[in-house]
Amino acid sequence: MWRVSEALGRRGFLGMAGGAGLAAIAGCGADGGAAAQPKQGGRLRAVYAGGGAKEVLDPHVQSLFVDIARHKAIYEKLVELGPDLRPVGRLASTWEHDATATTWRFTLRDATFHDGAKLVADDVLYSLSRIVDPAVPERVAQSSLATLDLKRSKAIGASKVELVLTQPNAEFPALLAGIGTHIVRDGFKDPAKPVGTGAFRHVSFEAGRSLVASRYDGYWDEPARIEELHILSADSEARATAVQGGQAEYANDMTATFARTAEAGKTVRIVASKASTMQAFVMKVDRPPFDNPDVRLAFKLVADRQRLVDVVLAGRGEVGNDLFGKGYQYYPADLPQLERDVDRAKSLLAKAGLAGKEIEIFTADASAGFVEAATLFAEQVAEAGVRLKVTTGSPQTYAKDLLTKGAIGNHRSGAMPIPQYVTDRLLSHSPFNVTHWRRPVFDAAFAAARAVTSEAERSAKYGVLQKTVRDEGGILAWGLPDYLIAVSAKVQGVQAVPPNTLDQGRFDKVWLA
Amino acid sequence: MRSYAVQRAGLAVVQLAVLSVLVFVLTSLLPGDAAEMRFTETLTPSQVAALRAELGLDQPPAERFVHWLGNVLTGDLGTSLISGGPVADIVRDSIGATLVLTLTTLAVVVPLAVALGIVMGTRENGGLDRAITSVTLALSAIPDFVIAVVLVAVFALKLGWLPATWVGGDLLASPALLILPVGVLLGRTVCLLSRQVRAGTVAALNAEYVTQARRLGVPRRQLLLRHVLPNAAVPGVQELARTGDTLLGGVLVVEAIFAIPGFATALVDGVETRDVPTVQGLTLVLAVAALLINLGADLVCNRLVPRTEALR
Repeated sequence: MWRVSEALGRRGFLGMAGGAGLAAIAGCGADGGAAAQPKQGGRLRAVYAGGGAKEVLDPHVQSLFVDIARHKAIYEKLVELGPDLRPVGRLASTWEHDATATTWRFTLRDATFHDGAKLVADDVLYSLSRIVDPAVPERVAQSSLATLDLKRSKAIGASKVELVLTQPNAEFPALLAGIGTHIVRDGFKDPAKPVGTGAFRHVSFEAGRSLVASRYDGYWDEPARIEELHILSADSEARATAVQGGQAEYANDMTATFARTAEAGKTVRIVASKASTMQAFVMKVDRPPFDNPDVRLAFKLVADRQRLVDVVLAGRGEVGNDLFGKGYQYYPADLPQLERDVDRAKSLLAKAGLAGKEIEIFTADASAGFVEAATLFAEQVAEAGVRLKVTTGSPQTYAKDLLTKGAIGNHRSGAMPIPQYVTDRLLSHSPFNVTHWRRPVFDAAFAAARAVTSEAERSAKYGVLQKTVRDEGGILAWGLPDYLIAVSAKVQGVQAVPPNTLDQGRFDKVWLA
Repeated sequence: MRSYAVQRAGLAVVQLAVLSVLVFVLTSLLPGDAAEMRFTETLTPSQVAALRAELGLDQPPAERFVHWLGNVLTGDLGTSLISGGPVADIVRDSIGATLVLTLTTLAVVVPLAVALGIVMGTRENGGLDRAITSVTLALSAIPDFVIAVVLVAVFALKLGWLPATWVGGDLLASPALLILPVGVLLGRTVCLLSRQVRAGTVAALNAEYVTQARRLGVPRRQLLLRHVLPNAAVPGVQELARTGDTLLGGVLVVEAIFAIPGFATALVDGVETRDVPTVQGLTLVLAVAALLINLGADLVCNRLVPRTEALR
């Protein structure tokens, strides 16, 4: 699967890959039962990590995988992301932009809302204005769509919408595929009464427990095969017992330990999206000792990535090359893998005056494997003559604490397009700039690259920037964990694709054998 | 008895006040607040700051507490910082499962423990006494979650007789969902309660009035039910009140293991998301329940054996 994506990435580089071709090739990644004929009917119960009262039905206020899965069943976006995180049209069938990529026109598909109304341009404009409404800070796509100028945007007839940006951005379609960008009906007010264009209609919702939805026969993209969909919330243990005990047919985000047990039996099958997330240590480039580029390089050289993958990820993943987004569009796959070199690391650390010194690594049990990775890494760093003291913080606030606390810590990232990762984490004013990588030159070069309309040219420019981050930045991406889903043996048609992409959690495409 | 009840009620109010302050202070001491808990790398820090202001979390803690207290005194448990809905709704939605679970457990445990206690007490140090003692003690020595894991592994996953978790289940459609959780809760409580009934039975059987009654030729059955049981039940009823507390602890574990959307789950969620009003509201309801149960137990004991002056 990954290799397919990489190949596609290179083809995309040459400007040859189209959205449809991608989807067709990605189909090869579907798990087993490819020859089986899809069957109609039945009920599918899918379990995701829950968030209690935090769970919401409002598609513009979401942050949890369970919310995302539920909203995806009911609502749709203009654009979604393909298996290599490249934008693919959904409610927008095609789009075009002006010479500077500042004004965009999206042609809408012939889709119908659950209440029978046709999708029109005003629905899109209303949805976008609802998302960016500054009076409601928890609408998550607000910051990513900050450059959208709604005053100058307009409908062109019923099925075309013109969106204007305050600055050029060739990545705009990907932003419309971001979290919390679903299209609702014009005038949509009450999130408790969801009306979307998605493959399922809302039946009932209880925060912290369940969404029940039924098949929508008027769905534009071939109605679902299953009759009824339940999207439930439960922690990792309960997901495991539910799918093993036959009380659920689909369990999202499972551990490597569970996968091993499950694969030994016959009732549950594991669908693994290979190497689709990232685990890293992050060093703050403005704090001692990591303000010294030699120290950052030494830490990258001393990491035994394979061992970290084998131990912390139980072998379910690949080694990383200090870059986000392997296999995704724009990933510079031609960069050689950084190999372990303890001797060189040792001399670099000695040169920096760190031999025999102690450095603190700030970790927390915030995500699977964080503390284990930090502890194991401390052993590896010790080989180069530096002691790494592991200190643990509060799991619930770790993501935020890490922005300001400590000099080195753990970081993980789910799947998102590479330009989005850069925007979120590697620009001077990025909200989640966990490595404090702040270089005005880099910012300007990125803004310039993003405005380039030729994909090949843009990709080359991004490639240079990514190489800089890899060589000089503070991200030590040691591993790329597989994303694991457990399904009961009768579930067919589940795609092995990264989270946050179109075909993940696509319950309109699955069937029960 | 009335003045006793009034006195106890007064004490209860003081206890609730102290508890509320304590819970508020403790939850406030936890790192992070409800606005930050929404920050799962999707909301930017500036969005979080705006949210904090919207939720009123930028107000001084004392002010927030007084505001909450004012609401509670008018019967309003406040608004959840996470869901934005009334805390009363969270209480209502989560209390059902927990009540069903605890009441079913009590309905099973009380007759079972009383019967076992009397059987053991009347055969003090006999073979049956030792056998039951061994089994119940062993069960109470094993932590709840171990019993739960074993029961799930055997009866749900291996044999497939019973549902393994409440996820994907509906209590009305399949009452069998209750069996394993209640089984786990029984393990702990049956032992404690039956030991007390046993001790009470032994003590009563050795009491002079029983010897006297025996001498007078009171039939054994009548002796046990009329004279021994009421006295033997006193430690049992008091233990039952404590069982309520034990059950609450056990329910916490059981709800987590079986993914039961009950009171304990709501409370844990509330703490994890720093939803202070929800935590306050839920603990208040729990505390009131605990106080009522204990008060009720004392009054029942008072009624069972009116001469126990010590209880006043």
